[in-house]
Amino acid sequence: MSVVAPSDTRQAASAGRLRRAMSRGNLLIGSLLIGLMGGIALLSLVWTPLPPGKLQIVQKLKPPLTQGLLGTDHLGRDVASMLMVGAWNSLSIAVLAVAMGAFAGTLVGVTVASRRGWFEAIMMRANDVIFALPPILSAMMLGALLGTGRRTAIIAIAVFMVPVFARVTASAALQVWSRDYVLAARGAGKGGIRITVDHILPNIANQIIVQVTIQLGLAILTEAGLSFLGLGMAPPAPTWGRMLADAQTYLGRAPWLAILPGLAIALTVLGFNMLGDGLRDLFDPREKGR
Amino acid sequence: MSRAPLLDIRRLSRDYASGGLLGGKHVTRALDDLSMSVAPGTIHGIVGESGCGKSTLARLVMALDRPTSGSVHFGGEDLFRLSARDLKRKRRDFQMVFQDPFGSLDPRQTVGRIVAEPLHVLEGKPGKAERRDRVAAMLEAVGLAPDHAARYPHAFSGGQRQRIAIARALITEPKLVVADEAVSALDLSVQAQVLNLLMDLRDRRGVTFLFITHNLAVVDAVADRVGVMYRGRLVESGPAQAVFARPLHPYTRLLADAEPDVTRFGRPDRPPVAVAEPIDFGVGCSFRNRCPLAVARCTAERPELRELEGGPEVRERLTACHRAEGLLETNTPG
Ligand SMILES: Nc1ncnc2c1ncn2[C@@H]1O[C@H](COP(=O)(O)OP(=O)(O)OP(=O)(O)O)[C@@H](O)[C@H]1O
Ligand SMILES: [Mg+2]
Repeated sequence: MSVVAPSDTRQAASAGRLRRAMSRGNLLIGSLLIGLMGGIALLSLVWTPLPPGKLQIVQKLKPPLTQGLLGTDHLGRDVASMLMVGAWNSLSIAVLAVAMGAFAGTLVGVTVASRRGWFEAIMMRANDVIFALPPILSAMMLGALLGTGRRTAIIAIAVFMVPVFARVTASAALQVWSRDYVLAARGAGKGGIRITVDHILPNIANQIIVQVTIQLGLAILTEAGLSFLGLGMAPPAPTWGRMLADAQTYLGRAPWLAILPGLAIALTVLGFNMLGDGLRDLFDPREKGR
Repeated sequence: MSRAPLLDIRRLSRDYASGGLLGGKHVTRALDDLSMSVAPGTIHGIVGESGCGKSTLARLVMALDRPTSGSVHFGGEDLFRLSARDLKRKRRDFQMVFQDPFGSLDPRQTVGRIVAEPLHVLEGKPGKAERRDRVAAMLEAVGLAPDHAARYPHAFSGGQRQRIAIARALITEPKLVVADEAVSALDLSVQAQVLNLLMDLRDRRGVTFLFITHNLAVVDAVADRVGVMYRGRLVESGPAQAVFARPLHPYTRLLADAEPDVTRFGRPDRPPVAVAEPIDFGVGCSFRNRCPLAVARCTAERPELRELEGGPEVRERLTACHRAEGLLETNTPG
């Protein structure tokens, strides 16, 4: 027993160290990736190697480095410039959609947690219904109503985000509601809204931030899916999803046309997920003060 | 004794319904027809084993929950008949200290903000400078330093946190403080410090305490009067020393005997409680299945709280036992 114990604790300690190192790695790589993508997106607003819509049919389907940094597509457009503008389109849609969804979902979640009763039952059933609709489907229905485009994509993704945030927020908020400091606040005479603002939101902020990060990755993926299907931003605005769709015809002759936007999507989603995991570990109370 | 009680609890009951939509509803009676009163400027202890309804009583006295029946009169006013606005106004007069000093302070707020919380709700809320001064004065009054106000709770030990919680409870200068297991989570030496603080507050500021605990030694050390609860009912009450020295209820005697040394603090070993088989709660004495003195009458007739005939040793004491006279005789020294 006494022989086993020290090596056990040593193992536990090294496991903890490994975990912390990994979470620091997640945080570092995740923020590097997202910083890079965000930087490229912002840069595209002021500078791209070529105008992304500029057609040069004679230079079409040139491989990377032979024409421009990353080659040209089937219409001779500069792939690097299109990817840069695509980064802006993807990220801005994802950020706006997640911001709207997180705001509405958090509002629903904290209200559910403070009201309980029939309000909770109704809101949570409504959540289930919305959650059961894939965003692609709601984008098609919204597209019929509003026409396809940036606004439709944002709303469709945001609607899909609401139940996710409502659920995460409600369960986190319910936990905080059961704490004695909330009982003390009630004993002091504070009402539900006051308690939500003073105690609930500050104590669930970390969980919301982690969820926002993870949902941003999902939103990027959803936006790419929508524009792949032609439900996203209208052409000629370049999007990663449509670049992928266009590349299908030329997979044999020009594989980079599919690989490059695919890589952009994958790295961005990966970046958000690693950032989310890293933040989750960073905020984890079990790791506090160690 | 002629003083009007600060807190008057009349025939208070609280049922908890459990069980789902399917499967029959099960009702737990956490408080059963409990009456008692607390005189101003005293520490009134409540003891009883886990699950006997102590916290339920605390929540009702704090008007954080509504009773199934009965009433709580605070300073002559029925708390559950007040309008929401009047109740909110009244709340400055009764505050609570919780058991777990690690759960009762919001980790995201500074100590200054935590202690000032009840002030923010007051009508004619004091200004920022006044709030800061009052928090500083209150922190000093409970043995902390004014500059602790800028720190967060995690920087403090359990005993210090409980002092912060007490400072929050006292900041509105309430007449009554309900302390539910307020020292149970603390180390022995820290318990003694906090108990001394409570007695000091009673003596200097005239604060009344409803002091709830499962720990007899603690009640014995601080309480002026004590009520003993069993399964949601008050089974005995009276001056603390007299009650523990000469119990008038077999349940109190069981508790007192299980306590190795009533003058020592600390969490006692759990009383060796015979597992009680379920009995019909509706009739008779709820303690009869664990009672060494039980007779046929205890099954048929529910004992109500009553005074005993006798000398000075039973003055101001109440018991809910048919066999209390017999108990008094066997208890008599000599
Ligand atoms: N919210 C609730 N819903 C259902 N039953 C409850 C609820 N709160 C308390 N009870 C039940 O009521 C009874 C009394 O509970 P209470 O918490 O008042 O006991 P207690 O004396 O404070 O116990 P402890 O010493 O363990 O704190 C218990 O049987 C408990 O299971
Ligand atoms: Mg309790």
